[in-house]
Amino acid sequence: MNVNNIRALFPILHQDVNGHPLVYFDSAATSQKPLPVIEALDRYYREYNSNVHRGVHTLGTKATDAYEGAREKVRRFLNAQSAQEIIFTRGTTASLNLVASSYGRANVKEGDEIVITYMEHHSNLIPWQQLAKQTGATLKYIPLQEDGTIDLRDVEETVTEAAKIVAIAHVSNVLGTINPVREIARIAHERGAVVVVDAAQSAPHMKVDVQELDCDFLALSGHKMCGPTGIGVLYGKKKWLEQMEPIEFGGEMIDFVELYDSTWKELPWKFEGGTPIIAGAIGLGAAIDFLEQVGLDAIAAHEHELAQYALSRMADIEGITVYGPKERAGLVTFNIDGVHPHDVATVLDAEGIAIRAGHHCAQPLMKWLGVTATARASFYLYNTKEEIDRFIAALQKAKEYFSHVF
Amino acid sequence: MSSNHPLDQLYRQVIMDHYKNPRNRGVLEGTNVDVNMNNPTCGDRIHLTMKVEDGKVADVKFEGEGCSISMSSASMMTQAIKGKTVEEALRLAHIFSDMIQGKEYDDSVDLGDIEALQGVSKFPARIKCATLAWKALEKGLHHH
Repeated sequence: MNVNNIRALFPILHQDVNGHPLVYFDSAATSQKPLPVIEALDRYYREYNSNVHRGVHTLGTKATDAYEGAREKVRRFLNAQSAQEIIFTRGTTASLNLVASSYGRANVKEGDEIVITYMEHHSNLIPWQQLAKQTGATLKYIPLQEDGTIDLRDVEETVTEAAKIVAIAHVSNVLGTINPVREIARIAHERGAVVVVDAAQSAPHMKVDVQELDCDFLALSGHKMCGPTGIGVLYGKKKWLEQMEPIEFGGEMIDFVELYDSTWKELPWKFEGGTPIIAGAIGLGAAIDFLEQVGLDAIAAHEHELAQYALSRMADIEGITVYGPKERAGLVTFNIDGVHPHDVATVLDAEGIAIRAGHHCAQPLMKWLGVTATARASFYLYNTKEEIDRFIAALQKAKEYFSHVF
Repeated sequence: MSSNHPLDQLYRQVIMDHYKNPRNRGVLEGTNVDVNMNNPTCGDRIHLTMKVEDGKVADVKFEGEGCSISMSSASMMTQAIKGKTVEEALRLAHIFSDMIQGKEYDDSVDLGDIEALQGVSKFPARIKCATLAWKALEKGLHHH
């Protein structure tokens, strides 16, 4: 993997911010977009923008082929058995809400249990909170180990026969923990529960195989994996999707409409009411082509190296607390003693370095960590060790600056 | 670090002083104005308690968590409004809001320490940090 060649495909990276070359360490929030994705969107709008699945004209056919072609790319990317199991949504949040509202409302009742973990992003927490409130089910949390990992014995203990849904992040957006989803799915299935995987932080960075994980549902966002915003995916096993009711009704998703009753299209279209996210899906397809060309294993190895390098350099700076396990995905969440993360982020921004500061949409996890906010540097295939060196130098500056002004 | 660092216009000495030694920190018991407010995008929060008597802010205290800008702004605000009438306090909040957004603002009122926060207007990502305490003030006084 040649990082320079990859960087050449990302126009946004080649700019100065506050007088310094941009270092973009916020890809866990949203990734940058490579030329093949930007050009695919441009080509669609310039050459064949048209609505899909209707009309007989040539552009409509082209757009339909590209849209459904993108679905097939997602199927291949996730190794789903059928393209019918791939539903395009607005993003991970919309995907998880769809599962909670449709599958959840139909299958969860009072006295049942829904199990999540302390490290969930709000998008994989609030839909289940709401579902529990609406149905009278109990929401339970799998505890975390000191280092922010999950012990399978705790999973065995928390997931009982009363559990109907186990929802878990594949990779934590704060701790970088890579969760043993396959083993958790095995335990959940033994107890008769379905497993919902939030793959927003894993799908962009590593090979995700839904058959190998044996998950029942899996959600991801296009914009975190080099694709456009506003497009995401819900994968679901066909046996569940077939029995689920749509949650949005209108055009595009219907079969026959009569005055007082209607029937739905077959999978996956019954879940895609309204004009679909055509450009978004085509852009996501281009992003998948790009990621597969580079190679998901190569991307994972590159990010692993960056994260380990960052961890070892940060360990040399006194007064820095790093959260999460040593073995982790490509991100590092941390705090500098006595300096609020916003202030850290502002000092780094003055050096052209973009990081995230705040609660990372994981307030229960912040509480578990005993902090109100943290700073986070997250890496992707276009980042380099030299950028981490600049990041380390800037952290030292932030420390010095604040000890100086105090 | 040299004293002409570009961040010096943001992190002025007086701001750091208020951050390190916050004025009027705590919670007033038995008050008639009690406001909790947070900034959901970043996790900063403030608990503002005020005793309003005869149309005046007789006493005020704040408690909270947040960055240097949000906490120093809260400290300065309590210092500035203590003893002022409700109208004067709200007028100050209005002037502050204009100043922090980089707009033209009424400079006939002596802002004291608060003026040090003017530099925040050049850091758009941090404006919300500075306004949290003032939003709590406005909410508290409007509901009073």
